[in-house]
Amino acid sequence: MTTTLQTPAPTEPVVTATRRRRPRTSPLTTVNPATRLLVLLIMSLFAVYFLVPVWWLVVSATKGQGELFSGNGFWFGGHFALVDNVQTLFRAQGGIYSRWLLNSLLYAVGGGLVSTLLASMCGYALAKFSFPGREAVFGTVLAAVLLPAPVLAIPLYLVFSYTGTVNTFWSVFIPSIVSPFGVYLSRIYAASSVPDQLIEAGRLDGAGEFRIFTIGVRLMAPAMVTIFLFQFVAIWTNFLLPSLMLADTSLQPVTVGLVSWRELQGYPISYTTVVTGALVSVIPVVAMFLSLQSFWSKGLATGAVK
Amino acid sequence: MSHVTIRRRGRARELRRAAPFVLPFLVLFVVVYLIPAGYSIAQSFFAVKRSGLGLGGAETVFAGLDNYTRVFGDGEFLGSLGRVAFIGVIQVPVMLGIALILALLIDSSVATGRKFFRVAYFLPYGLPGVIAALVWSFLYAPTLSPITRLFASMGIHVSFVTDGALPFSIANILTWAWTGYNTILIFSALQAIPEETMEAAALDGCSGWKAALLIKVPLIRPALLLTLVFSIIGTAQLYNEPVTMKAVAPNLASTYTPIMAALRSLSANDFNYAAAQSVVLGAVICVLSVLVFRASARSVDS
Repeated sequence: MTTTLQTPAPTEPVVTATRRRRPRTSPLTTVNPATRLLVLLIMSLFAVYFLVPVWWLVVSATKGQGELFSGNGFWFGGHFALVDNVQTLFRAQGGIYSRWLLNSLLYAVGGGLVSTLLASMCGYALAKFSFPGREAVFGTVLAAVLLPAPVLAIPLYLVFSYTGTVNTFWSVFIPSIVSPFGVYLSRIYAASSVPDQLIEAGRLDGAGEFRIFTIGVRLMAPAMVTIFLFQFVAIWTNFLLPSLMLADTSLQPVTVGLVSWRELQGYPISYTTVVTGALVSVIPVVAMFLSLQSFWSKGLATGAVK
Repeated sequence: MSHVTIRRRGRARELRRAAPFVLPFLVLFVVVYLIPAGYSIAQSFFAVKRSGLGLGGAETVFAGLDNYTRVFGDGEFLGSLGRVAFIGVIQVPVMLGIALILALLIDSSVATGRKFFRVAYFLPYGLPGVIAALVWSFLYAPTLSPITRLFASMGIHVSFVTDGALPFSIANILTWAWTGYNTILIFSALQAIPEETMEAAALDGCSGWKAALLIKVPLIRPALLLTLVFSIIGTAQLYNEPVTMKAVAPNLASTYTPIMAALRSLSANDFNYAAAQSVVLGAVICVLSVLVFRASARSVDS
């Protein structure tokens, strides 16, 4: 019997949890228009609460110097100065802001990619190989999900300062590439979406384990996108670890840089520049979430249900 | 050849297969999690003794439980634990309550514009941590805040940064930043409930709010539990928000939260004490998580 190893059959991952359902419009229940209006009102009220600070950030970044704290805080100022503000932002202190952005991208994209790869390899093995010590490894990793990163930041600092590697790129990068939550998610996802037959067929054909993995991993794509995104956001927004590890401003990510600017209380870096910097720093995260939305909402569903 | 040897050989082969996949992660995991945790626990049992007037150099000596007796007698550290407990007790139920209601509403048939609301609620997650705190620090700033100004124009004086208001101001930042994230988690779980279940309930005359509370909520218990544990952990490790708030609230103590207290020990070169504080905080978080899981397991049984 020969089973050629082609591209995996286009089967939907057998995760019932991720099956998309039509919105519930049961013919058995007729909805009172008043109820519908009330629900819309409640939902809109919360939408306002969530959107107003974002709106303030956007509006403030367009205001001219000195306009930030006069007039209506939630509406545009006399003139539209967004372009000027962005120019000022990237020129301030010898253009340090672009350096910070670049650092954040390096930590977040690099760390996100490496951690996703490592986590999905480990999760795949935990799901598909029944090796001795498997449950012990998984149990330890699961316990680590509950040990939050900030609590670990001080111990990490103690170890890195003991080895004399504080204030280096690696002191922030290495902790960023370990994602226990990623292992948890990819184990669950691999167990339900990579069929055993695929692995057996691959072995019969004499394919190596890594070759089989490269095929199986395609079926894990939604989980991997989710891991990458959440790790990307976690690294991008991380503040405590880099602020502890990095004294050198040219190594710092954008969060640490912005907070140090905020602490100057408006001089020599104006509040408008800080606000513009905050807005610019948010754009990569929001853009990534919106562009990959269909992937991560699928992957997230698996993690939340199991 | 006995059955056992075959099985053992199979297991050994599985181990050889798994090793190249598991080891890269595992080695780094040991470096980033286990070694720092172990090193901190070890360090917490030592202390630096300075001889004479501090001129003769310092030596590290075994101190037994001294650092721990110091932690439990340290009013500032205990106060910081009390503050995060206070913030957590208020904030976590409010946040999860809102998240559950919003998720149920998005999931229900009465909602319009689901897609817009999902994105709107999730948007703050794009700027959590210090950036959210940074934005709110401007909205809270006593002299500059557009909100205070709005109230002042109506003749009402409000301040978000008095000692009494600070816990609530910080709780609000947390709620703003994390409600949407929890809403999406709970909503994902709701989406996984089979449609047949709800149809059967409707046939039995159970629909609307009754169906939501009696059928949907019990079914998504695991997701609710997950959000509860993550929220408790999140509050215990509070750091970004209060630190950023210091720019507008000079009255905010530098030991406001346990992590801030440990960091102050660190900057005072009191490494061993900082290690002990971190270990105590880690232990408190572990105990809390276990208690939550236990309590919910018991309520499922009964």
